[in-house]
Amino acid sequence: MSLPIYATTGQRIWYYSFRVICGLIFFFLVAPIVVVMPLSFNAQDFFTFTPEMLRLDPAGYSLKHYEDFFTNPQWQLAMKNSLIIAPIATIISVSLGTLAAIGLSQSHVPFKGTIMAILISPMIVPLIISATGMFFFYSSLGNWMENTLGLDKGFVGYVKVILAHAVLGIPFVIITVTATLVGFDRSLTRAAANMGAGPVTTFFRVQMPLILPGVISGGLFAFITSFDEVVVVLFVGSASQKTLPWQMFIGLREQISPTILAVATILVVISIALLTTVELLRRRSERLRGMSPG
Amino acid sequence: MADAMIAADGTPLKRSLARALRRQKLRALALVAPLLLFVLITFIIPIGSMLFRSVENEMVSNTLPYTVESLASWDSSQSEIPSEDVFEAMFFDMFIAAEAKRHTRLGTRLNYETTGLSSLFRQSGRQLDDVADISYEPLEDLDAAWDEGETWYALMNARGAADDDLMYAQRTRVAQLTDDPASGPVNFAPDAEIATLLPLAMREYTAWAIYTAVQDERDPATRDPWESVAPALLIDLKTADLTGYSGPSADMLRTAQAADLPIANFTTAFAEMDEDWATSVPWETLQTHSGKFTSGYFLNAVDAQKTADGPAWQPENKQIMATLFVRTIWMSLLIMVSCILLGYPIAWLLANLPMRQANLLLILVLLPFWTSLLVRTSAWKVLLQQQGVINDVLVWIGLVADDGRLIMINNQFGTIISMTHILLPFMILPMYSVMQTIQPTYLRAAKSLGATNWTAFWRVYFPQSVPGIGAGCILVFILSIGYYITPEIVGGTKGVFISNRIAYHISSSLNWGLAAALGSILLAAVLVLYWAYDKIVGIDNVKLG
Repeated sequence: MSLPIYATTGQRIWYYSFRVICGLIFFFLVAPIVVVMPLSFNAQDFFTFTPEMLRLDPAGYSLKHYEDFFTNPQWQLAMKNSLIIAPIATIISVSLGTLAAIGLSQSHVPFKGTIMAILISPMIVPLIISATGMFFFYSSLGNWMENTLGLDKGFVGYVKVILAHAVLGIPFVIITVTATLVGFDRSLTRAAANMGAGPVTTFFRVQMPLILPGVISGGLFAFITSFDEVVVVLFVGSASQKTLPWQMFIGLREQISPTILAVATILVVISIALLTTVELLRRRSERLRGMSPG
Repeated sequence: MADAMIAADGTPLKRSLARALRRQKLRALALVAPLLLFVLITFIIPIGSMLFRSVENEMVSNTLPYTVESLASWDSSQSEIPSEDVFEAMFFDMFIAAEAKRHTRLGTRLNYETTGLSSLFRQSGRQLDDVADISYEPLEDLDAAWDEGETWYALMNARGAADDDLMYAQRTRVAQLTDDPASGPVNFAPDAEIATLLPLAMREYTAWAIYTAVQDERDPATRDPWESVAPALLIDLKTADLTGYSGPSADMLRTAQAADLPIANFTTAFAEMDEDWATSVPWETLQTHSGKFTSGYFLNAVDAQKTADGPAWQPENKQIMATLFVRTIWMSLLIMVSCILLGYPIAWLLANLPMRQANLLLILVLLPFWTSLLVRTSAWKVLLQQQGVINDVLVWIGLVADDGRLIMINNQFGTIISMTHILLPFMILPMYSVMQTIQPTYLRAAKSLGATNWTAFWRVYFPQSVPGIGAGCILVFILSIGYYITPEIVGGTKGVFISNRIAYHISSSLNWGLAAALGSILLAAVLVLYWAYDKIVGIDNVKLG
């Protein structure tokens, strides 16, 4: 890849201009996300750099948008809802998804192709279509739960959104866990059984620790799917279940307030943390399975 | 070797193995079953219900069952308007629909097909009482007992045999009208003798009694029935033979029959409510859309409409779907091409750099991939605004005058640039994983055989990277034709996709059938593309992160 000494002038020009082009594309990829961060500390309610900010004058910066986020009841409700819905949805998709992935990875599964297609379908179908279908079905499901089972309206609202988000996260769990199970050494479970461990003990003491990295990264994908999801929650939920993305979407569409930039910055920090976790888990998993770290 | 092989427990080995295999299969299925059931209920059934809703059309026949039945024989080419029978059926159907406040809903539904029907139904619903009073008031003047609910109840309620079929039919009618199973207890049963003697009056009274008991939760024995029972009774009395009847109110019935009280002519009555009823327009619409299933929503979704003479194109000014579909596909292609142009150099660079540097740069690709979609969309909204960062920089450099700031948001440009940014990682990652497998020795071999840099790339390297481009293209294209959030925020009116139209019909215009039809078309397109993706790349090769 490095430039040979005998390169012609034309090659040199091309080599460096290619680097510059790539640099510009990377800039295009990252700049929009990076620009948001300093803007969120703006002391004014503007969406651009004020002269004070450019002069690095401390008066140009403030934490007031963060303060607004942490004190405004609307944003606090949204954050509370996100922190209720995403973890529960993740737990449902991880527990059901891991079981199913173990079942699917066995050697003789009838209708494997069809089952796989059904389980992956929530990822394939565009969100707007899933949301439309869920809108019709979940509203009658909600009515049924409220009228026949006599459940509380707010509770039913959460149930609907959680179920919808859980099913959206399932393909990610299935894909990551089945990928981890491909490299799983089956003789380990046989060895455990040979030494007298039951299937449950074998699962929790032998198989689970080995596939845990895959399960956790699948769970993180499911979590981010729910945490970041807005279309389905807009269609299925009501205002009392509004999540952070919902509040951001409404804010962006109607009265754009700089608080959104503060929220965006917080979310970027969260996603950097998640990205690091997944990357570390992937390396650990590959090391455990004796592959070279990628 | 006549003897089969025997397993340790004495059964033939073949059977023993088959049993073990079956048990293994069952165990695998048992592990998958909970999730499969969960996905079926929470996802596949909702999608199925959407597909069903795109053709379902029960509202017309549920709201106006008798009208639909008698309208079936009307031929619009023979007579301008239907016969008096149809108007009569319409009156009784509309009366109960107006009491249940369902006629406006039907009007809204039919308004999707013919503009103006919504207000026609709403206004006519208010005037039905006046038509009923033409018969009700003289009847009441004749004998004040007709104004008592108890008189009617004594006459109609079963003394001997009850007409269970009628009761069941009317329960179904009320249930279909109100979308609610009318299954509660009703303190009333239609008398079989009266049901044969006065069929229409009994039918309307039974429907009222069920509605009162189930919907209003009142006892029909003490309530006054709707005024529509009076015209129904008088119509029955025109032909009824009362000579053998000796039950309650026998004399009152005979007096009423002898008095020859006035009955409205329903054709003129409807024409007086609104002259549109005297034209073929509302009736043709009703007849065309009276089936339980309709292709109307799908026709609307492709800028056509269902008319009495079969499918026809919408008027020019209402043709918006074709524009939207074409725009969705065209802009998705543009986004795809810009993703290829921007993604290819990056994937090439990543694949040809040493591992350590490549991994570092890969983080720059993965960071936007992992960042919340709304964060990226809001970033673009902030950047592209007229008072935003890009315009400020351009003004500061001097490229653009302060009063000539570029309009980059709420148009197609805004949608394309922000969606290219959002979908670029989906192009880079599959390209990168394919390019990693291309041996650098091929390029070197080509060059040592005398190829120029360009020829070596174009004839040797590029063909090998095509699978990665294909995979990335399909992925980006599928994702972008179903996008909703980003076009909604940065697209304005000129830069929105078909999905924004679906959302509009779900939440604003409430034309759910059309939304479902548009969704079904989009779903079919996406499934075809995925089938192609599976053939070219294989779904199993989808990798994350």
